[in-house]
Amino acid sequence: MSESKIARLHAMLQNKEISCTELTQAYLDAIEKDNAALNAYVTATPETALNTAKAVDEKIAKGESLHLLEGIPMTLKDNISTNGIRTTCCSKILEDYVPIYDASVWKILKSRNAVLLGKTNMDEFAMGSSCETSYFGGAKNPHSISHVAGGSSGGVASAVGGNLAVYGLGSDTGGSIRQPASFCGIVGLKPTYGAVSRFGLIAYASSFDQIGPITATVEDTAIVFDAVSEYDTMDSTSQGRKGEPVCNTLKNDIKGMKIGIAKEYFDGVREDVKQAVEQAIRVYQSLGAEIVYFDLPALKYALPVYYILACAEASSNLGRYDGIRYGYKADSYSDVNDMIKKTRSNGFGEEVKRRILLGTYVLSSGYYDAYYKKAQNLRGTIVKAFKNAFESCDVILAPTVPMTAFENGHAVSDPVETYLTDICTVPVNICGLPAVSVPCGCDAKGLPIGMQLIGNNFSESKILNAAWQYENAANLFKPTDFGVKL
Amino acid sequence: MKYELVAGFETHVELATNTKIFCSCTTQFGGEPNTHCCPICIGLPGTLPKLNARVVEYAIRAGLATNCEIAEISKMDRKNYCYPDLPKAYQISQYDMPLCKNGFIQLSNGRKIRILRIHIEEDAGKLVHSHGSTLVDYNRGGVPLIEIVTEPDFRSVDEAKEYVERLQLIMRYIGVSDAKMQEGSMRCDVNISVRPEGSDKLGTRTEIKNMNSITFIAKAMEYEFNRQVDLIESGEKVIQETLRYDDVSNTTSSMRGKEDANDYRYFRDPDLVTIHVSGERIEEIRTSLPELPDKKLERYINDLELPEKDAQLLVKYKKVADFFEKAINGIKTPKTAANFIIGQIFRYVENENEKEAFNIKVSAESLNELIKLLDNGKIRMNLAKTTLDKMLETGQKPSELLSESDMAGLDENTFLSLCQQAVDANPKAVADFKNGKEKAIKSIVGFVMKNSRGKADAVAAENKIKEIISQ
Repeated sequence: MSESKIARLHAMLQNKEISCTELTQAYLDAIEKDNAALNAYVTATPETALNTAKAVDEKIAKGESLHLLEGIPMTLKDNISTNGIRTTCCSKILEDYVPIYDASVWKILKSRNAVLLGKTNMDEFAMGSSCETSYFGGAKNPHSISHVAGGSSGGVASAVGGNLAVYGLGSDTGGSIRQPASFCGIVGLKPTYGAVSRFGLIAYASSFDQIGPITATVEDTAIVFDAVSEYDTMDSTSQGRKGEPVCNTLKNDIKGMKIGIAKEYFDGVREDVKQAVEQAIRVYQSLGAEIVYFDLPALKYALPVYYILACAEASSNLGRYDGIRYGYKADSYSDVNDMIKKTRSNGFGEEVKRRILLGTYVLSSGYYDAYYKKAQNLRGTIVKAFKNAFESCDVILAPTVPMTAFENGHAVSDPVETYLTDICTVPVNICGLPAVSVPCGCDAKGLPIGMQLIGNNFSESKILNAAWQYENAANLFKPTDFGVKL
Repeated sequence: MKYELVAGFETHVELATNTKIFCSCTTQFGGEPNTHCCPICIGLPGTLPKLNARVVEYAIRAGLATNCEIAEISKMDRKNYCYPDLPKAYQISQYDMPLCKNGFIQLSNGRKIRILRIHIEEDAGKLVHSHGSTLVDYNRGGVPLIEIVTEPDFRSVDEAKEYVERLQLIMRYIGVSDAKMQEGSMRCDVNISVRPEGSDKLGTRTEIKNMNSITFIAKAMEYEFNRQVDLIESGEKVIQETLRYDDVSNTTSSMRGKEDANDYRYFRDPDLVTIHVSGERIEEIRTSLPELPDKKLERYINDLELPEKDAQLLVKYKKVADFFEKAINGIKTPKTAANFIIGQIFRYVENENEKEAFNIKVSAESLNELIKLLDNGKIRMNLAKTTLDKMLETGQKPSELLSESDMAGLDENTFLSLCQQAVDANPKAVADFKNGKEKAIKSIVGFVMKNSRGKADAVAAENKIKEIISQ
């Protein structure tokens, strides 16, 4: 039966088979050894980790019972604010920025004695699909270091896939959790917009951004999601999880569950990926699920809508990096405007500048109606299309990415081609829907293939239930050569 | 040719909420630079705004007090521009769905100044120039503002002055702002154009900023009106631009540079949810509004039968009006209270600011007590006046200042005997009076007043004395 890595380690800690300090040290040693190859971490926090571990060991020694996540070594994407620990967004402009407050998700996990091993690599300001726009260089795929870990949460995926963390939190704006999870052969959940607080997540595109777990197994994802999906008064768009913990229904029978297939999701998808997802459909049929086919023509608008709206919001969100209050500031300048200009020109990377320019353009008077307004209207059209789809099915099954991990350097050479690879992931961000990516096979080179289960708003329990049943039946988890073997 | 002035106002009013519009920092004026700040109001990466419900309530109060329609659904937008005092590089404001719209303020000449909209937004920080460098103080950043925009309905500088005064008074009455122009809690920008009298076409307008008093608004408008007329008369054109008023030279000058073709790239702020205000809630707020200055004035004149001028003096300051109303509680002669306040108490609060604050030692209850003694004939006006002066100096109550005998009144026998004593004790004055010196009677009456400690009625005493002398 498919098992939870978190639950297993939790039991080992609780039964004193291993101390939290030993466990933590094992991960810190592994990072020391393997991070050079994977480049998953941009900041290691051994002191924080060992201090927490010590506190957990004291609790264990006193015979106190632990929360499931207590003492479990984990990581955070480097756009989640951590008080006193630098948070860079993997940008030169925030290279030395140290937040003075904690993101709400980190506050929750910290209160549960989560062992933070360090902050992980990402595309600069979460803009990219390969992690290669990172100021610190890209994170590598633990299944083949000549390939990328994916992006933007490439560092978390590389760390979890490479056993340099048990789990991590990433953020997903257009696929940034699911795509790297898919590339690295692990599980990644993009929760419903509003299920997890965004307070402290450094914004890329506020109406799309959502924090979610990246883990080795579906059950781990369920455990982490249950822990962090709290309503937060600091985030006006927060609603928290609706209903009981998803862990309660995770292993339910899915007989009669209606799984929807939209053919548009398979347009332009590489043959081996298509076959892997079709194989998954057969697994679901064998589990007694009912397969429903329907059309989703609105999907063709998804990419332009996403890139127009996300870039528009980004152009505004990133206006604050001007060198005045924090972060990088240009060395020499003639006046304040020159300082801001030089700071931004030198501090941001090419992809970030491209998206700021695009976003500024689509919001400018004279272009607003043709781009921003039209995209907003189409966003409504896509939302409606998905709403209709969920009248005939419980979850939608689709590939996560049309291909497997890119070779290093491939994505940055052609940005437009790379944008196109987000086709399967962006629709749920446009609609705020939850989706989980799970591994469903490998290509000829041994690189993982992922598929995603998409649900209606706040139906994380359904998609994770379907994902767990598949994972349990297919048993496709593929180990890597890196990190801690426990 | 005769020209007509056409003007409209954009007024920013700082709301007197305890905390800022999107965080829980204090809105207190002043403070050491950057001490009234938190990660949210300085826009640290990852922070999110949270709308202060009190701000919405105050803006609705302002809207209702100026006869606006209140939108049950509105939203917040981002106005993007880059300036060091704006920490997020956008101001959270309202663009196309303001909270209040289509109101008006009626002037004393009967004309209605239409209010196009009132929206809520956050204030920016302040640049501080010192020793050749520029620093930023973000204390004011995130202080809630409402912006009140009128139609171009003003036709004279007097109308403009009256509008600003009325607006200021309304804001103070409904308790949403102290609306102090000098401290910047009320700031006016004026759009102004001219046209030949009788024309219904609008001329090219200019916008004047940076006027921190009503006097300067009037001066700037007069200056700008004349400048535009002169331009047109000499065949030149008015250029649409933003002008800064200089109160030292009393001139306006172009502010170009900051202004050149700003494209604010407004869009809905995705961090804030739709603002829903139920019709029920709006009615609740409407009911909670105090009597507005216009209605109060009407009531003072019609119901309390105060002279218009007195009524205006009382209504002009909210605290004075409140004091007056407490002081006349249960009293049939409101005019007496008005006289005490305007004639006597106002001498202790001479300037506008002091009247506005109305910090006096006398409580309304004490004045009420004094007027009741007067109305019941326990004391005479002279004694009341001297007592009130003592009250204003010491803060003591009438009962602490007046003895039993002071308030006992004067019985007829004592009165008659005092009058007789007065005549006996002043033979010279009596003789003078008999010789036709009318004024001589005053010193005899004075004797009675003095020896009765002001309790005697001076008119009755004079009559009685005349009677005694003529016997």
